[in-house]
Amino acid sequence: MAGETTTGVDRSTADGRLAGVRDALEGPNTLGNSRAFWAGFVAIVAALLAYPMMRSTYYVSNTAFLLTSAFLGLSLCLIWGYAGIFSFGQVAFYGIAGYAFGVVGINVAGPLGTMLGLVISVALAAAFAFVLGYFMFYGGISDVYVAIITLAVALVLNTFFGQTSGDEWSIGDAPLGGFNGMTDIPNLAIGVGDAAVVVEDVAFYYFIVLTLLVTYLGLRVLVNSDIGYVLVAIRENEARTELLGYDTKRVKLGVFTLGGALAGFGGVVYASWGNYIDPTVFGLTFAPLPIIWVATGGRKWLSGAIIGTFVITYVSQQLSVLGGQFSMIILGSILLIVILVLPEGFVPQIHARLPWLLDRLPGGESR
Amino acid sequence: MTASEAATDAEPDGEAILRTDGLTKRFGGLVAVDEVDLRIDRGDIRCLIGPNGAGKSTLLKLLMGRLDPSEGTVFYRGADVTDLSQHDRVRKGMSMKFQVPAVYGDLSVRQNLHIALQQRIENDIDTRIDERLESFGLFEEAGTSADDLAHGQQQWLEIAMASALDPDLLLLDEPAAGMSARETERTAELIHQLNDQGITLLVIEHDIDFVRAIAQSVTVLHQGEVFAEGTITEIEENPDVRRIYLGEGYE
Repeated sequence: MAGETTTGVDRSTADGRLAGVRDALEGPNTLGNSRAFWAGFVAIVAALLAYPMMRSTYYVSNTAFLLTSAFLGLSLCLIWGYAGIFSFGQVAFYGIAGYAFGVVGINVAGPLGTMLGLVISVALAAAFAFVLGYFMFYGGISDVYVAIITLAVALVLNTFFGQTSGDEWSIGDAPLGGFNGMTDIPNLAIGVGDAAVVVEDVAFYYFIVLTLLVTYLGLRVLVNSDIGYVLVAIRENEARTELLGYDTKRVKLGVFTLGGALAGFGGVVYASWGNYIDPTVFGLTFAPLPIIWVATGGRKWLSGAIIGTFVITYVSQQLSVLGGQFSMIILGSILLIVILVLPEGFVPQIHARLPWLLDRLPGGESR
Repeated sequence: MTASEAATDAEPDGEAILRTDGLTKRFGGLVAVDEVDLRIDRGDIRCLIGPNGAGKSTLLKLLMGRLDPSEGTVFYRGADVTDLSQHDRVRKGMSMKFQVPAVYGDLSVRQNLHIALQQRIENDIDTRIDERLESFGLFEEAGTSADDLAHGQQQWLEIAMASALDPDLLLLDEPAAGMSARETERTAELIHQLNDQGITLLVIEHDIDFVRAIAQSVTVLHQGEVFAEGTITEIEENPDVRRIYLGEGYE
């Protein structure tokens, strides 16, 4: 059930090690537990790595931007799709980390500043999620009230950062900038002194592809571990899970904090990509987007969240080029249709309907 | 400490596995459980009966920590557990099946048991799951979603999950509700098997035939108070119990 069992496999051999790796990555909590899936996965990663050689920097940079949203989508997938915690304000952690990265990056010059900014911002987003989560979960708040509170927090931040124009709202050399936002946020740079690599354009793209890859695989290991089972158990029936001896509040707090950190990382790379952040990241237009991405793709599956985020972000970008304000109406309609017709999202549907294709690929053993 | 470790040493001499002292729960003006002093000794199969609204389910929730008592104390194996969280009580060896089957509906029967067992089984969990599936008659249904099981099978699955942690004390809220006569009989067998494995049981039940089949002792709850206590025969012959619960014409 939980992937192919590896009991009795000698892990000192190459085959044994491979089986061990697959055992950690596979299980009933993720889609794609077959050789065919991994063959397709390797092909997609290879295509992503080769992409910059085929397109201009403009397209590469834009694709990188589309991929940055996946961290926010994955963070919501983890806490909502897996653990059943419906956060409507995941953007709060995204925005806080984005602003924090700007503040640290502007104040501490050079690569050290941006690397420090990355670490501090992600830690700050996680800490903020921890505090908020602590009061919610230990205060006995659940279900729709979590959505209301998290959205309220995002909107309060939206109002707060909106009124930060003027010199008195500077942190060191970094003016928060009110509704105009914070400008001149430096690009993330990794390394020391002259040896540092500025992560921009194609380098930024590769940075995003690699970090997303690591995040996806890491989360696959997590959700297929014992902890992943507990997350799913909490989503399905928290009372039963508590009475199986699990400290569900603690688990929820832990996963909510991790979700905050992931969203925070998304905010950092977003701010680094555009060298800019403004209060609309906390706003009512942006807050529902992660929900639309993840619900459309399939909130209960990591791959659903990533593909859903990429596709919807791409579609909405094309729509806003074509139709301006209509894009939100069309996105809303997409969400409605998905909820009514494909409540589990389109990715698991596609996955379920393609076993015949998987069977026809070399070594196919569809699930 | 795991449940199985807890099972290795018994209570202090003369101490019950479960004891309550003046346990009371008020909901506004309603006293749902009224100064209940309960004592259950290790090895017992105690049935808790009484009319609807007598406070039976509320009492179970108080014992398990799903509700906080307004007054009174719960002692488990001699220790005051009144302020312990539910999961801490489970780790000390208490376990419970809900009134309405609470299984993970979207997950397979096997995954349901995996979640219950993974805490105490390090290796070869699949074999242990198979064993439990076998003894609870669910082997054929291993891959079925719990939602697609028959009602009786859901009840068994939940009992299988609740007993997976090798509890010392298992609380069952209406384990045979909605079951056919055959399923009820099978449930009684399962309860005896669990008791033979050393598990003490407290069972809420309305079906008096089922109570007769399993009970070693019976507590009658009425309007939140302990109304009568004794063997099933004593209870059945008690004219006051017949008046308030069993019915005057009860044979």
